[in-house]
This record gives sequence, structure tokens and C-alpha cells, in this order.
Amino acid sequence: MNARTAVSGTRSSEAARRLTYLTLAAVAFFSMLPLYYSIVVASRDNAALADVPPPLVPGGNFFANVARVFDTVPFALAMVNSVLVSGSVAIAVMFFSTLAGFAFAKLRFRGRNALLLLTVATMMVPTQLGIIPLYMLMVKLQWTGTMYALIVPALVNAFGVFFMTQYLSRALPTELLEAGRVDGCSTWGLFWHVVLPAARPAAAVLGMLTFMSVWNDYFWPLVVLTPEDPTVQVALSTLASGYVNDYVLGLAGTTLGTLPLMLVFALLGKQIIGGIMQGAVKG
Amino acid sequence: MATRAPDRLAAVPPGKPTGPRRRRLQRHLVHRLDVKGSPYAYVAPFFLLFSAFGLFPLAYTAWVSLHEWTLLRDEHPFVGLENFRTLLADDYFWNATFNTLSIGVLSTVPQLLLAIWLAHLLNRPLRAQTFFRITLLLPNVTSVVAVVVIFSQLFGRDFGMINWMLSLFGVDGVAWNEGVLTSHAAISTMIMWRWTGYNALIFLAAMQAVPRELYEAATIDGASDMTQLRRITIPMIRPTIVFVVITSTIGAMQILAEPLLFGSYMITGGVDRQYQTLSLFIYENFTKLDFGYASAISWMMFVFIVLVAGVNYLITRRAKGGLT
Repeated sequence: MNARTAVSGTRSSEAARRLTYLTLAAVAFFSMLPLYYSIVVASRDNAALADVPPPLVPGGNFFANVARVFDTVPFALAMVNSVLVSGSVAIAVMFFSTLAGFAFAKLRFRGRNALLLLTVATMMVPTQLGIIPLYMLMVKLQWTGTMYALIVPALVNAFGVFFMTQYLSRALPTELLEAGRVDGCSTWGLFWHVVLPAARPAAAVLGMLTFMSVWNDYFWPLVVLTPEDPTVQVALSTLASGYVNDYVLGLAGTTLGTLPLMLVFALLGKQIIGGIMQGAVKG
Repeated sequence: MATRAPDRLAAVPPGKPTGPRRRRLQRHLVHRLDVKGSPYAYVAPFFLLFSAFGLFPLAYTAWVSLHEWTLLRDEHPFVGLENFRTLLADDYFWNATFNTLSIGVLSTVPQLLLAIWLAHLLNRPLRAQTFFRITLLLPNVTSVVAVVVIFSQLFGRDFGMINWMLSLFGVDGVAWNEGVLTSHAAISTMIMWRWTGYNALIFLAAMQAVPRELYEAATIDGASDMTQLRRITIPMIRPTIVFVVITSTIGAMQILAEPLLFGSYMITGGVDRQYQTLSLFIYENFTKLDFGYASAISWMMFVFIVLVAGVNYLITRRAKGGLT
């Protein structure tokens, strides 16, 4: 890095620097534009969309449009369902992933490496292809149309286990565990009193990532739920499908369903990004 | 829960010895079982859950595909490979295969090249580093439903912003969802918008692990920025590139929500099936309750995914120098 800054006085690298900023600013602009524009449309009425040039600043109709969303689909129920499902899945994933991560990172047992490798390999299995038998299984369990169908299969996943394994093998000092053993802790006691507190920062990031991805899940909820008792994404797709040319209604719903996530992301974006980048580096 | 191993083990039936000696022996046994057994109990939830809701359904798909299996009847007669025979002669199946590959290539190739380049740009001291990273990930935390609803408006024929911009250059009224190529381009744009930044961050994470001395030496030798990217960065992060290429391929082969919602919930993927993907074709047969046929498509798709991922693995691993 020093070598680079050393030559940054020359004119050509100054131009390169400017080009870098310009490119990144353009990418930032195009990342935000569609979201901004959806707010513009959501706060207008359908007539305004026919304007040339198209409207570029928000109007005053947002709350009227939101009221129409609530009249058209059971949006409040969808919000409650989504919070319930995403929240319980996030908590369960945090717990079970920390538990398994503890075992993989700090406990010695036969077949540990093979099992860890197997866990990582399952991330590559296209499980979406098993959706038909999975649906049949849900029919058997009488879970179709209920939130169990979304929560139970998602209670723990390979990414979470791998993520916590990575973190704990790096961040949890083995001496701490040995000290606990000397004090007469059982393995469970170690987990409860030593590992869980130490895992908190990474588990929080994992929880956020899980919450967001479950909140955004679309296909499986669409298959297994009914439009009368939907999650936010299923309700949004009802809006988008039933009212083909009512873009304002569709985008008002989208904005409403995306806003909670955007807020969380605005507050915790830095930690979430750190988490994704940590999870990416594998040995 | 199976994780409370110590409690359960405390109830192990006692042996012959009695008194304090017995208790010591028992404690010793409990301790040994705790140390030996707990790790398995702790990793068990993942493996049990994955077997029940991931692996079993996938395997059972193969069994269902050998039957004439619809939800409308109680009997599901065994028909052997009949479903596969019908499938190979089904034009809709080959159409969906073509669409999947076309959208897959159009969305994945430019996306990964762009992601590597963006990661390269970010891999240097910059002001507002956090801001740029957050904006990169912003599209990825937007739900796929939201993305398609927004882009369908942007790609609208009459009031869409993209056609408005094109009209400034004298191109008028492109009906994006009617043509094969235009609809594939529109869908690929949505996928790219949602995933480029995410992959750029993964690449960036790998790039930050490359030893700085390599760049310093190269700079002293007068290697240009582009040369450094091609000769140092890309070879050094090859394992990550292979990983991202494989996962992106697997993801691209399973695209469903984008074409489904782009066509306003048309399960045929456009009037002429011009953007029906394989996943959507499965879903179409699923909604017809023809589970046997839908399972046969799933199984064929699994074969395709393994093939394409395998070919991509070989290409990425063997490519020398750079991908650019």
C-alpha cells in the first residue's frame, strides 16, 4: 500500500484515483436509483406515470396508496407473520449454529473434519429441486398454510454452522475452556457459561443476515402458504399479480415491505458487511 | 432436545459397586460420556434437519419421477422412465432449457467480471469506503419481489424510465417482455443488479488476504494496475473465484422469481413462453398437480446443474493468467 501512495503524486495516478471515485459513485447511484424511484412512484398516482419526462421527485400520495395496500391484501397480518417467522428462525439459527460451531471449532471427536467438510458441501446442494416431496411432507404433517412449514425446515443451516465455526476457532481462547474444565464444568456448562457470551458479536451478525434472508424468502412461502395468511413477500406478489397495471399500488406495497429491512441495514450495515466478508474467506 | 447430554447420561443404570466408590465411578463414566458424546449431540441438529428437509426430499424426487403421480388420484402407478421419455420429446422442456442457459450466461458472465473489477477498485485506501460497500450491498437486501416489481415498472413499454431514456436517443417503445432477447436482457439486468455487489464484497474479502509485498514488488518493477490485477490478484484469489462461479451457476440454473413476476405471475413465462425457465416449468407442472412429471424435470435439472457446474469448475480452474 505504501508503494502505491508513494507514486500517487504523479499526474496519471491522480487521474486514476479520480476515475475510481467516479466509477464507485456511479455504482452507488445505480444501486440506489431503483429504490429511490420506487418511492417516487409509490407517492404519486397512476396518472402521473404517463408524464413526459417521468416524475423525479416524490409526491404527496404515499399514505393514500398505503391505505389502498391495506385494503387490497392482509398486509398487517403479513407483517406479523414475517416478523414471527424471521425472528424465530434467526434465534434458532443463532443458537444451533453456535452449538455446532463450538463442537467443530473447539471439541475433539472422531470424524470432525469429515463432518465439517460435509457441512460445507451441503451448501452446494440445490435443495430447491426437492420442493415437491417437501410439499408432500408438509401435507402429511398438516403444516401447509401454517408458519411451521417455514420455520421448522429453516431452524439451522450449513452457512450458519460454518460461520460460527470460523469465528469461534479464531476468537475463543482454548485456555478459557480449559479453565472451565478445571472448575468442573460439563461440556454443556462450558457452552452456556463460556462459549455463548464469547460468541455474541458473531451470532448477532448471523442473526441479522438470517433475519434478512428469511424476510426476503419468496418461492417456498408462495408454494406452501395461502394468500389469506401470507408473509410480506407473498402478499406483495399478490399485489403485483392481481393488479397488473397498477404500478403505484405494487410499488407502495414494495416500499412498505422493504422499509423495515432498509432501516435495519442503514443502522447495522457495517457489521453486516463485515460478517459477509468474514464468512467468505475459507481455509 | 438431544443436546442436554449430561442430564440424560446421569440416569445411566448404576453398576454393582455401592457407596462413595460407586459414585466416583459413576461420575467418571458420566464425564467420559459427556466428553465423547456431546460433540455429536451438538452437531446433530444440523444433520438431522438437513436429512429430513433437504436430502430426503431431493432423493424422494427420483422415486416420484418414476410414477404417474398426481394429487388428483389416490393411486400412483409405477411407470418406469415414461415421464423422462415424454420429457425429452417435449418442446416446452427444451425451450425452458434454452431460456435458462441464455439468462444464466447473460446474467452471470458480465456480473462476475464487473464484480472482480469493482472489488479491485475497492481494494485500495479510499475515502468513504464504508459508504461504497453499503451501497454495493443495498440491492442484495432488497427482496426479489421488490426488485422485479420495480424493474418491471422501469422496463415498462409506455411509461418506463428506461424507454424514456432510450427515446432521447431516438429508440422508441421497446416492448421488453415480448421478445426473446429483450426479455432475457431485462431479467438478466435484475439478477445482475441484485447480485453484483454481493459478489464484489466476497471477492474483496479474498483480495484483502493477498500479501501486500506482492503488489509493492510489482509496482517497483513498473507493472501497471491492470497487469497487477491479471497477474497477481486473480491468480491469488482463484479458489474464491471457483467458489463464486460454482454458486452463481447453481443459483442461475434455479432462477424462478424473476421470470415469474416479470410476466405478472404468468407461470408460462410470457405468452409465447419466451422467458420460461426450468424452475418455472417445474412450478407450472406442480400447479397442475402433475407431481410425477414435475419431479422428472427436477431430476433432469439436477443433472444439468451438476454438468454445468462441473464444466465451469474445470474452466475456471484451468484458465491461466486472467479471466479478462
